[in-house]
Amino acid sequence: MKSISSLFFKDIVVEWRNKEAVSSMFMFGVLTLVIFSYAFDPSGTDRSLLTPGILWISFTFAGIIGLNRSLAMEIDNECIQGLLLAPLSRGELYLGKVASNFAFMMIAELLMMPPFVVLNNLTFSFQIIEIIGVAVLGTLGFVSVGTILSMISAHTRMKEVILAVLQIPLTIPVILTSVAATGQILANETEGISYALMMLAGFSIVYLTASYLLFEYVVED
Amino acid sequence: MTALALQADDIRKTFGTFTALAGVTLQVQRGEFLALFGRNGAGKTTFLKIAATLMRATHGKLQIEGLNIEESAEQIRRKIGFLSHNTYIYRDLSPTENLRFFGALYGVRDIEERIPGLLERVGLRRRSNDPVRSFSRGLHQRIGIARAFLHNPSLILLDEPYTGLDANAVQMLDELLDESVRAGNTVILTTHDINQGLRAATRAAIIDRGKLVFSSNAGDSAVRDAYSEYVRSGATR
Amino acid sequence: MGKRILGISSVVLMIVALYLIFVYAGVDAAQGEPFRIFYFHVPVLLLSYLSAILLGSACIMFLYNAEAKWDRAGAVAAELGLVFGGTGLISGMMWAKPIWGKYWVWWDVRLNLQLILVLTFAAYLMLRAYLPNQEKRATLSCVFGLLALVNVPFNWLAIYFVPTLQHPKPVVSPGGGGTDPDMAIAFTCSLIAWCLTYSYLFSTRLAVAQVEQEVEYLEQVVRAS
Repeated sequence: MKSISSLFFKDIVVEWRNKEAVSSMFMFGVLTLVIFSYAFDPSGTDRSLLTPGILWISFTFAGIIGLNRSLAMEIDNECIQGLLLAPLSRGELYLGKVASNFAFMMIAELLMMPPFVVLNNLTFSFQIIEIIGVAVLGTLGFVSVGTILSMISAHTRMKEVILAVLQIPLTIPVILTSVAATGQILANETEGISYALMMLAGFSIVYLTASYLLFEYVVED
Repeated sequence: MTALALQADDIRKTFGTFTALAGVTLQVQRGEFLALFGRNGAGKTTFLKIAATLMRATHGKLQIEGLNIEESAEQIRRKIGFLSHNTYIYRDLSPTENLRFFGALYGVRDIEERIPGLLERVGLRRRSNDPVRSFSRGLHQRIGIARAFLHNPSLILLDEPYTGLDANAVQMLDELLDESVRAGNTVILTTHDINQGLRAATRAAIIDRGKLVFSSNAGDSAVRDAYSEYVRSGATR
Repeated sequence: MGKRILGISSVVLMIVALYLIFVYAGVDAAQGEPFRIFYFHVPVLLLSYLSAILLGSACIMFLYNAEAKWDRAGAVAAELGLVFGGTGLISGMMWAKPIWGKYWVWWDVRLNLQLILVLTFAAYLMLRAYLPNQEKRATLSCVFGLLALVNVPFNWLAIYFVPTLQHPKPVVSPGGGGTDPDMAIAFTCSLIAWCLTYSYLFSTRLAVAQVEQEVEYLEQVVRAS
């Protein structure tokens, strides 16, 4: 447990120094928000149906950028080998990376919320808190898969591309469910939303467990 | 408590079709200083990486201080200090922060007291709070050395550690190694340079094409002959 | 020898099935001629699901004893899954256009699961394509295969119940197999023919995969020396 928190805080400090992950995620996410807002006529009346989708597409692309950054840090100078040398189980290594990936992605998402609210003419109300709540569960699912997939793609030549190719099919359930739940919140029809939340939570639990067990096969040279 | 720091039985490693190690059997007693010579691609690095638990052997048994590497990998890692040409240091952190992080991972007690002393030993005291990104190759290597010795390892594995070090740093490393051996720890060092290797070694061995082709006490005159022969055979191949 | 029998019998049965489908079985009352796609579309889809099961099983077996044959079997299953799944999707679109008026319907459970399945097969094969080292390729694609296997129930859950949050009930694929015994015979024959074809393709491709691996090995030996 102590190792996991050491790993987590190390990543926080490194990010605090170079601010590469959060800034690139935020920039890319906001740009995606803007592009999609223009692509779907801003004055159209059907916008409200598209809004949750636009939000989660931005989160997804930003998330993939973040995962790549996190991976790049460990590949630089082969630092991952230093971690493999330490008396740390491979599963603990995985959890440490999940914790920091989750933190950075959440920070980027929180930063993206104000532009999102403004560009879509929403109001800063309790709804936003609820949307962030859904985002927490969705993000956890996203990074639980993404962390192990980034380690898999690290062994290939085209790391970033392969990560996206592997990540998107596997996170479709998360994105679908999160978009639906977000849409419900925006439409003020939150009946049955607990199913969505339970599914997202279940997804995270299952993937955290599976990846924890499989991670050792993925890090070895 | 076993007297053997390392016991390797028929260690083999294949990467697809390429055989890096073709059956290495080796015993290293505690407190020994083994110099391992061999050409590039002979298998020295592969062997050290397997001993350091960074890689798994395709076949064979390896025991570090009586512990089986397959079963007790985490315990073994606490005892090993590994240094390669890559330093595994985070460029955005300072030497102090790097050592603090690795100290936490290894569970080193009194880490805050140890760090300044260790940085002083490797000559980095004045730059202990600068981000490593700004360091030259030689300074990088020094932090790598500090990281390897941080947790008082009882088995120190070094893969060509003298590359990139200036004369001061070479002396510093030699002193650290001598101290370690005097304290009863074991050192296995790979190098191209026969003089550097034999300086403090108690034993010498040569690996060629994945097999151990020579092994004896370092003081033996046969060592230099065997090495010259080895180098010559390589030149004509 | 066994493969030859398999091959010949699948060709023969295909011809028989074609006759049964186009001549023997009657025209469907509700859907007309386009219904005949059903005899082709459903077996192909079922076989793509079989591919998914085979891939999942091969990955589990590989994790268990790390033998190369399981890795090869998984790769072949993925290839066939991609081909059969893709064909199933296209034939489904060809069926949907005359019946529903559109090629694609969102929130149809089976269509979407099919699409995700095909994407997953494609991702698996792309990962393998970028891993030249045989051992790493086997291990890493096995892990991905297992992660994808675990994904299936969540996909089903998400696609099945999520639309109920926003849309009315999910639309079901043009179904109905008819209770007409002629149609049942035609369908059964087609199904068996396709199963034989699949088995033939699988065993042949598996043999080729083994040879490919041996060639790869020899190439490396030659290059190394």
